This record gives sequence, structure tokens and C-alpha cells, in this order.
Amino acid sequence: MKLRTGLIGRKVGMTRILQEDGTHVPVTLVNVSGNRVVNQATQEKRGYTAVSLGYGEKKAKKVNKPSKQHFAKLKVTPPQMEKEFRVSEDALLDIGAELKADHFVEGGFVDVTAQSIGKGFAGVMKRHNFGGLRASHGVSISHRSHGSTGQCQDPGRVFKGKKMAGQMGNKQVTAQNIKVLNVDVEQGLVALHGSVPGSKGSYVYLTDAVKKKMSDNLPFPASIVQAGGKAAEAAPQAEDVKAESEAE
Amino acid sequence: MNVIQKFEEAQLAKLTEGKEIPEFGAGDTLRVLVRVREGDRVRKQAYEGVCIARKNRGINSSFTVRKISYGEGVERVFPLYSPNIDIELVRRGVVRRAKLYYLRDRRGKSARIAERRMDEKPAKSAPAKKAEAPAPKAEAAPAADAPKSE
Repeated sequence: MKLRTGLIGRKVGMTRILQEDGTHVPVTLVNVSGNRVVNQATQEKRGYTAVSLGYGEKKAKKVNKPSKQHFAKLKVTPPQMEKEFRVSEDALLDIGAELKADHFVEGGFVDVTAQSIGKGFAGVMKRHNFGGLRASHGVSISHRSHGSTGQCQDPGRVFKGKKMAGQMGNKQVTAQNIKVLNVDVEQGLVALHGSVPGSKGSYVYLTDAVKKKMSDNLPFPASIVQAGGKAAEAAPQAEDVKAESEAE
Repeated sequence: MNVIQKFEEAQLAKLTEGKEIPEFGAGDTLRVLVRVREGDRVRKQAYEGVCIARKNRGINSSFTVRKISYGEGVERVFPLYSPNIDIELVRRGVVRRAKLYYLRDRRGKSARIAERRMDEKPAKSAPAKKAEAPAPKAEAAPAADAPKSE
């Protein structure tokens, strides 16, 4: 199975696109500029293959000593954010390679993972869409409560997974099958259909949608800046085309 | 300018290319030609009425047109930059509000709006224009001319 790396992005915000037929489409802009490979895991070294992407550059004085030495050994500048993406063996990238926004293509689908906006300790009405109790007919104080949590002496306990009040949001969420509507390589922007998890400015991880067929025109193993890995991009892409024609 | 503004501006440039949107504000009578799809055919349907509100928010700009249809008040909100519509300015009106929601409570004679003559100062009666930057001032004169020449 072919598994490409994803990209690290930062959510910019939402706007709309007016299409030619007059329909409006809500979009989320994600800034994916400045992605580069800062580390890789191979079968021999760690027992699995993955690339570690870095986003942005960390100020030198903000880097602590252990990570400074770690990145010095790999000969890369310390990134603001690092995230490992599992890849198939043929999609492994060289350390230092820079990735471009056209890693994803218009019309393709991605999964977007991010830390959702925290809502704090929320009651069941907000957290699980419960209906609450009645406004009158003897209900007192507990209008927004969940009511019963189970049976009586048998089973004598509350079942696991019972929906109750608690922390809502501020946990990792993946939104699946989000369509890519626009890719701007120059500005490193990707426009995604609809909303994605996370607040403005938060880190989001874009990966190829696992529940959709990979589109044929995706750059494989990745869309790399020419100067960094000229050979790396050109050669496997040709292979990719060959492999696909064989598959057909 | 932030990233979103840039993104919207680029889109606006594409949308307004080769298309002229007349300068108008609340109180002006507009004829909006709406593209309607019927099966494969596309035709233009005119909707004429008084513009009672205009919202200027870049790509999110819109305007509301009110008319009385078969004795029933009808209001439609159009996105200003929609590729589906063409706007024609029919008549300019003298109003002292930016939003003419008071027209909703009025019928007949009291719901009329006086026509603005060419010799009147545009700044006095067109609040929407005042809100805009001084740049379109040069355009203001020909725009005011338009209804008269028709």
C-alpha cells in the first residue's frame, strides 16, 4: 500500500468562495508553507517507516540543549513544530527536503487532524445533545440534568461509556474526507471545504483521506522543492505513473 | 493585509473582471437580472424594486431589494458579487438613512421615495457613498448621469 506523508499546517481562518455557477462554498484556509523533513524512521532503525516533518523555524534561544544537539546531528534547523507521519517504504523522504502546498491537489480529499476548541466542563445538554428535564411539572433545580444513569440493584452499577457531563473539546479530533478546493503554492495556502477542527492559528495535520481512493495526479512520494531534492521528485513520479498504468 | 483579505481580494478581482457594478445605495431603484436555470436553458429573470439596505463587506457584500408583488411585500437579498446577477440602476432616490427598514411598515403613498435629481449634491442623500473611500468620487458624476440619459 502506498502511504504518502501528510503536511503540518496552521489554520488561518474561514472565508467563502463564489463559484462560477453562483454557489457559495465555505472554505477554511490552512497555511502549509515551510514544511520540511527533519527526521526519518526506517525499518532497520526503528522497525517502521515514517518521516518527521518540521514546521517553521524555532528561535535559536528558545531551543533547549538536548534538542539543539539532536537537530545538529541531523543537520537541520530546529522547527517550531514537529510531527511524524507514517509512510510506506517507497514514500520515504530525505532529511532536509522541503515540501510544497501542491502536495495536495484541487479536488482531492484529505483528513484533517487537530486539537479541537476547548469548551470546558460541559453539561450533558451541550456535550451530548440531551434534552434535559421538563421546565415544570415538579422538576426543581435539575432542568438541565441527564436524568437516570441506569437500572437498580441489578446491575448495581453505571455502565461504562455512560454519557455524562465532563470535559468537552480540547482533544484531538480528525475530520475525514474534506475536499481540497484550492491550492496556492506561492503563498503555501490550501483551501478546504467547510470547517476543520481547531481554533485560528492552531496546528492542523493534513493527510490523504483514508476512506477515499487516492487520486491519480497526486505527486508521489511528495511535492518537493526542486533545489532540495531534484532527483527525489522526478524519478519516483515516473515510477508512480508506471505503477498506475500496470494497476489498470 | 492579512492572508484572508488577500485571498478574498484575488477572488474579487476575478469576479468583477469584465463586469460593471453600478454605484448604488439604499433608496435607489434597481433592476436585478437573475440567471435562472431551467433544465439546460439559462434565462434571465428581472427583479425590480427598491434597494433598502446595502452591506459592504468585501466578498461578503450583499444588498436587499424590496418590492410589492401582488400586494405582498417581497424582499430578496443578493450577494453583490454573485456571478449570477446583473444589476441595473433604474432610478436614484433621496433618503436620509442607510437602511430603509421603515419601508416595511408602510404602504402606498408613504412608501414612496423622491427621485434624486442630477443637480443635487450626491453626498447629501447617498449615505452609502459617503461610507466609501473618496476614490470613487470621480465615478460619482457619471453614475448620477446614467438614469437621466436613459
